[in-house]
Amino acid sequence: MSALLSVENLRVSFPTHRGRVEVVKGVSFELGRERLGIVGESGSGKSMTGRSILKLIHKPGLVTADRMEFDGVDLRSQSEKQMRAIRGARISMVMQDPKFSLNPVMTVGEQIAEALVTHEKLPRREVNERILAMLEAVRINDPTRVAGLYPHEVSGGMGQRVMIAMMLIPSPELLIADEPTSALDVSVQAQVLDIIDDLVTTKGMGLILISHDLNLVSRYCDRILVMNSGVVVEECAAGQLERATHPYTRGLLAAMPVLNEQREELPVLDRTQWAGT
Amino acid sequence: MNAISLNNLDISYGDSKVVHGVTLDIAEGESFALVGESGSGKSTILRAIAGLAPDWTGEISVLGKARTHGIERAVARQVQMVFQDPYGSLHPRKTIDAALSEPLAINGIGNRGERVETMLKAVGLDQRFRFRFPHQLSGGQRQRVAIARALMLEPKVLLLDEPTSALDVSVQAEILNLLKRLRREQGLTYLLVTHNLPVVSFLCDRLAVMRHGRIVEVADVAQLKSGQLAEAYSMELLAATEGHAGAAA
Repeated sequence: MSALLSVENLRVSFPTHRGRVEVVKGVSFELGRERLGIVGESGSGKSMTGRSILKLIHKPGLVTADRMEFDGVDLRSQSEKQMRAIRGARISMVMQDPKFSLNPVMTVGEQIAEALVTHEKLPRREVNERILAMLEAVRINDPTRVAGLYPHEVSGGMGQRVMIAMMLIPSPELLIADEPTSALDVSVQAQVLDIIDDLVTTKGMGLILISHDLNLVSRYCDRILVMNSGVVVEECAAGQLERATHPYTRGLLAAMPVLNEQREELPVLDRTQWAGT
Repeated sequence: MNAISLNNLDISYGDSKVVHGVTLDIAEGESFALVGESGSGKSTILRAIAGLAPDWTGEISVLGKARTHGIERAVARQVQMVFQDPYGSLHPRKTIDAALSEPLAINGIGNRGERVETMLKAVGLDQRFRFRFPHQLSGGQRQRVAIARALMLEPKVLLLDEPTSALDVSVQAEILNLLKRLRREQGLTYLLVTHNLPVVSFLCDRLAVMRHGRIVEVADVAQLKSGQLAEAYSMELLAATEGHAGAAA
């Protein structure tokens, strides 16, 4: 089976007064129709990796790669116009905070419609039907009412479900979710991720889940990449996380308090240990 | 004596009442957690104790003395608060030295230079950070400064409002260790607000579960560790957390 997405030696850099700084230093991975998790702390380059796939890094940022192919299309050589046909329709992205990613002066229904109509010409009645069906798919109880609401009238969890509806309505083949739940409560987090998981599995899409939460990623993904300062330090199957070998991954796992905490002190990462990598 | 004692406390913001009839006693030297979803009123209780949410009825006493509605200097010397976001809670145009000296100046305490030095050491920050600005520090270092500032007046009680939720896991571990050590060394009382149950398990002795502005249940941390909370809602919260951790275990 050919890969849905393959990335080889991806590098992202930004200029500073002390010369260019590389934030992603040669990341390579392949993705089939599966769920891939990218985990790392702030500044590890995980979000930049996600954004560069959609070519959302603009000047003065610079993206280079030896290969960046999506379903046979070379993403590196796509023009801005060609990219617009891909974004949303074939690859879409759910951002972190619904408060900042939804348009405050458009109703929820209008925004979802926009996502659909941009890529497909459809009669208005069918558009409305698809919106309501999609809102139902993300488990919004009263879709007709919610479609008429403005973003400030919905809660955080509902806002994020609206975002997911908007991203999935053009039926993309790959969904990139960048910290989709970190602005939400623990109890709502699980709901939102279950919805993403459900839709991804039933539609047979690829998923890249970017998060700083190791446990969450191991629960919802098949395979995990652990990133630290722009490099993938470890790649493993989600079930094998407990047996991770890299000291950074081990350190992250140990630093997390657990529900039945018996340790008097939490182990702290010794940052000098892998500074060379 | 109780460090904090709340009796039939109602708190409102304007017309909407957000906390309903909360009664709670926190012993001196105890570490107590308030847990619940956003909007359950847990942070509001902290704000009322600190004097930042003055619209309340009922009774709040701090170390045996009933507190009035405004900001009180006597209370401020005994109760200090640490906020969630270290990026927002430090003045961007003041050096660390100025931020730490300010509470001393307000309260007319001398020997400031030496006190700042001692406090930086206590929270594990090198002296070279003393004359830097907040933007030159990382998130974890800033939260250390925020904790240091709260401790400058040698309070007995610390109100901690989600002190680690804006931080990375590895940094969270450092701050949690620091809080645990400071409590041991200085005999502090903690009232911690969080939605992260594992943090409660690590740092606290007792917890109260809140929902819609009411306390649902007060439990011992041993009950949390063994997963034996009495109320259905508490178990729901526990299940949401375990669901996350469960897959890796």
